[in-house]
Amino acid sequence: MGSILKIENLSKQYRLGLVGTGTLRDDLKRWWYNILGKEDPFLKIGESNDQTIRGESNYVWALKDINFEVEQGEVLGVIGKNGAGKSTLLKILSRVTSPTIGVVKSKGRIASLLEVGTGFHPEMTGRENIYLNGAILGMTKAEIRGKEQEIIAFSGCERYIDTPVKRYSSGMRVRLAFAVAAHLEPDVLVVDEVLAVGDAEFQKKAIGKMKDISKGEGRTVLFVSHNMAAVKSICSKALVLENGQKVFDGGTDEAVTYYLKGNNNQLNSSSFQTEFDTELYCLRSIEVKNDNKVVGEPIVEDKEIVISTDIEIKSSRPERYHITYHLRSETGEPLFSISHRRSGLLLKKGDNKIHCVFPKSFLQPGQFFLSIYLIEDRRQAIFIEKDIANFLVVNGARELGVFMGREPGFIRPQFEWYEG
Amino acid sequence: MSKHEHWLYTISSEHKWFDLNLRETWRYRDLLLLFVRRDIVTAYKQTILGPLWFLVQPLFTSLVFTLVFNNLGQIQTDGVPPFLFNLAGITAWTYFKECLTNTSNTFRANQNIFGKVYFPRVIVPLSKVVANLFKFGIQLFIFILFYLFFVYHGYELSPSLNLLLMPLYLFLMASLGLGLGMIITAMTTKYRDLTVLVGFATSLLMYLSAVPYPLSEARLKFPEWLIPFVEFNPLSQMIEGFRYMLLGEGSFSLWALMYTCGISLVIFLMGLLLFNRTEKRFIDTV
Repeated sequence: MGSILKIENLSKQYRLGLVGTGTLRDDLKRWWYNILGKEDPFLKIGESNDQTIRGESNYVWALKDINFEVEQGEVLGVIGKNGAGKSTLLKILSRVTSPTIGVVKSKGRIASLLEVGTGFHPEMTGRENIYLNGAILGMTKAEIRGKEQEIIAFSGCERYIDTPVKRYSSGMRVRLAFAVAAHLEPDVLVVDEVLAVGDAEFQKKAIGKMKDISKGEGRTVLFVSHNMAAVKSICSKALVLENGQKVFDGGTDEAVTYYLKGNNNQLNSSSFQTEFDTELYCLRSIEVKNDNKVVGEPIVEDKEIVISTDIEIKSSRPERYHITYHLRSETGEPLFSISHRRSGLLLKKGDNKIHCVFPKSFLQPGQFFLSIYLIEDRRQAIFIEKDIANFLVVNGARELGVFMGREPGFIRPQFEWYEG
Repeated sequence: MSKHEHWLYTISSEHKWFDLNLRETWRYRDLLLLFVRRDIVTAYKQTILGPLWFLVQPLFTSLVFTLVFNNLGQIQTDGVPPFLFNLAGITAWTYFKECLTNTSNTFRANQNIFGKVYFPRVIVPLSKVVANLFKFGIQLFIFILFYLFFVYHGYELSPSLNLLLMPLYLFLMASLGLGLGMIITAMTTKYRDLTVLVGFATSLLMYLSAVPYPLSEARLKFPEWLIPFVEFNPLSQMIEGFRYMLLGEGSFSLWALMYTCGISLVIFLMGLLLFNRTEKRFIDTV
């Protein structure tokens, strides 16, 4: 079948700072070089787009030397942190802006769903907006007329269809907009974060529709999302962008793992030499991971999570001591404390390896902070280390059609239920 | 991969000046009509008088002009009732001015939608020009009512076969307004200095365009150095021709018409080329 989309050496340079006399000077210089027939002087400079450090140059490469191909009928996921260049890439693909260097070659029409509802006019009715939005996205009036009923049914807004869109709830507006876009028939559909909105039922519909588009109708989809569960569910391949460069291209699961590993602001494990070495105890290490996995791999919600502490007790009366963990959410709220004492296990003199297992699906996706306390005589803490570890729990793959968003709260305990 | 693969299109950094994409623009003609409809329908939603509001501006301006320029200022209008004279000039001028001002902010006013989805950008200014035609129609209608009123009261007015030139004059005003508008919007995406000037310049331009006076008066009463500015301003020729067509007043020459056509088309083409060149990358600098 061959590739339908081919991206070669794609690069995009942006200038930082305000537009003013400085840019005028650069523009004049560029223009002068152009007249002399020389190469643009500003293409040689420019730095990678790491936003956290203050660079030397006013020019950054939002995208640098991106190469990839997309096959017909493939669903390609594009993942990366905020500012990695995803949106820039999609903007170029959807012809909103041009690349600085490089070429995109396409064998088919590309339509983009960068933000649903673009061009909706609040004063016009739902039906009028279907036509307007459809035409903006590249459909002809006749094409829209042929699909009008289908679109209205898909959106679930029948009752409001002849009411101005400004009276719609935000959810209805999104549903209507997605319905229009989903009934486009481009060869390549570019989708950016549509799943961030809408309720569970709508997400199910939307993801199902996207699967239909790629599987049933053989069209190609480029899907950009932060929602790893959604990426895992619908993409057959994925690429990872980082600071404007492609750092991984391959299978979806590997790409997601690669991406999550890159989040190095977490501390899944810590080892200590002498920091917590006292006469009574010596804390060696603490680590958090999925059961049967190694530290460093992302922690998924739907497997058991184990917190392991390695501590040496030097006191001759080790039964006086026990360990307590405090867990805080990413917003800093204390969630709960759990104590080693309750388990009936006792610390012994010498090395202790204590494991605490959270049942699967107990913690919700999100970041957690773990603090450790060593308690003496069930009365006072003789050692406290706050936020000694912090770890990120991520979505596991979910069955298609279930809710892809985040439930409220931080934990999801399993309780017993019965009838009668 | 074989070397002679067929690509439907490519997106790259190189753009040719004359790559106007006419075929694609044609494919989006439905969008043009829907934009026109949107502009007309939404302008006066939730008003009671609706499109009648289009009449307020020309009627009051004509009234003020008549009082100030004709009653106070003693400008002669070659035997045509001054109110009618002013109404004709203002109707024509309004069409030009609206075409210019509505298109001169295309890129900035639509950056939201242009930043999200691609369609030939030129559809937007074109739709403004067509939507203004509707407004012009309503204003022309009220002009005809006043015309009949004056005829009924005994003025001798003689419309001529020149009325057939109406579409040509409209086309010229549209292409001049659109051309200038596209030049301005293309030039103000990065450096906005010019936008400060537009509103002020158009209102001044009106006084150089023979709107509240006939060309003959200008030739008599303006200082020597100013006359060429009025005479060679394609707009004053258009307004004068427009009035000549409707009221049989003023001067008309084939030479002036050819001259106006030439200037309008050149400006329109320049605007189109600049606009097309700008649309490729303006979103980065707007």
